[in-house]
Amino acid sequence: MVNMNINLGNGLRLANPVMTASGTFGYGYEYDDFTDVDKLGAFIVKGTTLNPREGNAYPRLAEVRQGMINAVGLQNKGVDYFCKNIYPKLSKYTHSQPIVNVSGSCIEDYVEAAKRIAELSGINAIELNISCPNVKHGGMSFGTIPEMAAKVVSEVRRAYPKHLMVKLTPNVTSIVDIAKAVSDAGADSVSLINTLLSMAINAETRRPLLSTITGGLSGACVKPIALRMVWQVANAVKIPVVGLGGISNATDAIEFIIAGASAIQIGTANFINPNVGNEVVDGIENYLSRHNLTLEELRGSLII
Amino acid sequence: MLKRFQTDFKVVAVENIGDYYYMLSLKHPEKLPVMLPGQFVQVQIPDSANTYLRRPISIHDFDYSAGLMHLLIRKAGHGTKLLSTIAVGESVNILYPLGNGFDIQGMGNRPLLIGGGVGVAPLYALAKEAQSQQKEVYALLGARSSKDLLCLDKFEKTTVKTEVTTEDGSLGTKGMVTNHVYMNDMLSMFTSLVVCGPMPMMRAVASIAEKAGIPCQVSLENKMACGIGACLCCVTEDKDGHNKCVCTEGPVFDSKELKW
Repeated sequence: MVNMNINLGNGLRLANPVMTASGTFGYGYEYDDFTDVDKLGAFIVKGTTLNPREGNAYPRLAEVRQGMINAVGLQNKGVDYFCKNIYPKLSKYTHSQPIVNVSGSCIEDYVEAAKRIAELSGINAIELNISCPNVKHGGMSFGTIPEMAAKVVSEVRRAYPKHLMVKLTPNVTSIVDIAKAVSDAGADSVSLINTLLSMAINAETRRPLLSTITGGLSGACVKPIALRMVWQVANAVKIPVVGLGGISNATDAIEFIIAGASAIQIGTANFINPNVGNEVVDGIENYLSRHNLTLEELRGSLII
Repeated sequence: MLKRFQTDFKVVAVENIGDYYYMLSLKHPEKLPVMLPGQFVQVQIPDSANTYLRRPISIHDFDYSAGLMHLLIRKAGHGTKLLSTIAVGESVNILYPLGNGFDIQGMGNRPLLIGGGVGVAPLYALAKEAQSQQKEVYALLGARSSKDLLCLDKFEKTTVKTEVTTEDGSLGTKGMVTNHVYMNDMLSMFTSLVVCGPMPMMRAVASIAEKAGIPCQVSLENKMACGIGACLCCVTEDKDGHNKCVCTEGPVFDSKELKW
C-alpha cells in the first residue's frame, strides 16, 4: 500500500497530491455526476473576490492547438455569497479539501476576502491569485513586481492564519524572483503556473477571437514551460511548490513531481475528461508502487 | 437536473447530407438514460492534433428501445469536419445529456417551431415529443436554398404541419422565416414560438414574439469549453446585465430573459 498523504505545512494535509485548479472545476459539485470529487487531495474553487463580478463580455474562449485561451475575467458572486450559499454544500466532501482561490484588485480587497474565508472552519487554505491587475497602481499585475507581490502577500499573511498558497503568474522576467519574494513575505506554498498572456485572431474577419483581445493560454501546450518554471522555483525556495500547467494525465503529473513539485493541480484537462483527477491519483499510486518509491523520494528526483 | 454521464458510444452510421451536413448515429453500450429534447452532448473528437476541446452538439433524436442517439452536425470547422470522417464501429466519448431541454408544458397547445439551417436539429425530437403530448405542432424551416434545407423529409413523415422558406426561393416561400405568413397574418393562432438558428434570425423572431405578446423559447449555441457550468466561457447577457451560463442555465431560454 503506497502512502499518498502529503503535508504542505501550516495545517494543510492532503490525502494525495492531486488537486484541481481554480476556474476549471467550478465548486466541485458540478463534477459529481462524472467523477468522485472526494477522491482528490483537494479542489480549488473558482476565483472569489470581495465583491461580485460579472466578468468579461462574450466571446471568452478561443481554442488553439493543444490548448485554449480564456478571458472569463473572474466572474463570481463575491465572498459573502460563497460563505453563505456555496460553502455549506462543500461539507459533504469528507476526504477532499476545498481550497478557495482569492482574487482582488487592491490589497484591501484581498485582505478583507481572506479574513471572511478564515472564519470558515472547513477551509484550511486559500490560494492567493496575484496575477490580477492592481487598479490602484495603473493596472499592473501584483504578481509581476517582486515588491508588489511581497506587499500583498505580507498584508494577507497578517489577516489569514491558515495555509496561504500563492499562485504565480508566468508572465514575468524571472518567476524565481517573485517566488522568493512571496516566500520571504510569509507564503506557506507557491502554486505555478497561472495562464500565459496570449491572443488569437480570425484571419478571415481580421478580428480578435476574444472580447478582450488578449487572454490566458492553458492546456497541454503550456506544459513544457510550466515544467521548466516549477523546476527553477523548486530549486530556489524552501516552501512547497504546487505544480500546474497542461497536466493531462498521470505521467505529466509525475514529471512535475520529479521536477520538484510537492503536489500538482489539473486544470484545463478537466474540461476534456472530467474524471482525469481520479485517473491521475491512481496513476501516481501505480507508478510509486511499480518503482518502489515513496512520494517523498520521487519529489525533486530528477537525474542530471 | 437529469443525471449526466460520460460514455463511449459506438458509431453505427455516418450519413452525409449534401456537402455541409451529416447525421452521426451512435449506439449506447447498454441502455440510454433519460434525456430531453433541447439538451446537448459534448463530443470528444478522436485522435486530433488540432482540436483540443470537446464540441457541443444538440441532440437531434433518440430511440430508447434501440439505444440510439442521433446528432445532426454541420461541418463548421476542423473538429466537426474530422468527426464526419469517423468510421462505423469506432467509439466516440460523449458527456451527456447536458443543459436544460425545451419547456414543453410552457409551449401551450399550438406551438410553432422555427428552425434556421442546422438549427432545426433539436426541433425534430421536440416536435415528436410535443405531438405525443397532444399538442398541435407547426413547423417553419428556413434555409438559404433548398440544398441547405434539413429534415424536411423527416418532418413530412410526421403529422406536423410543416412550411418552408428559402432565401433564394428554390423551395417554399421566398425570403426569411420572418417573411412567412405564419410570422405575420397567422401569428396570433400560435400559443408560443420555439426558435433555433442563426443569431440574427433568433433576434428577429424574439422581437416579433415580444411585440405580439407570444411566449418564445430560444436555443443558443455559444462557444463553450466544459459544458457543465465550470468554466463560464459560454455566457450570454440577460436583460438585467448579468451573465448567464448557456450550458447549464440554457441552452434553452425564455427570450424575454435575455438581452437582444
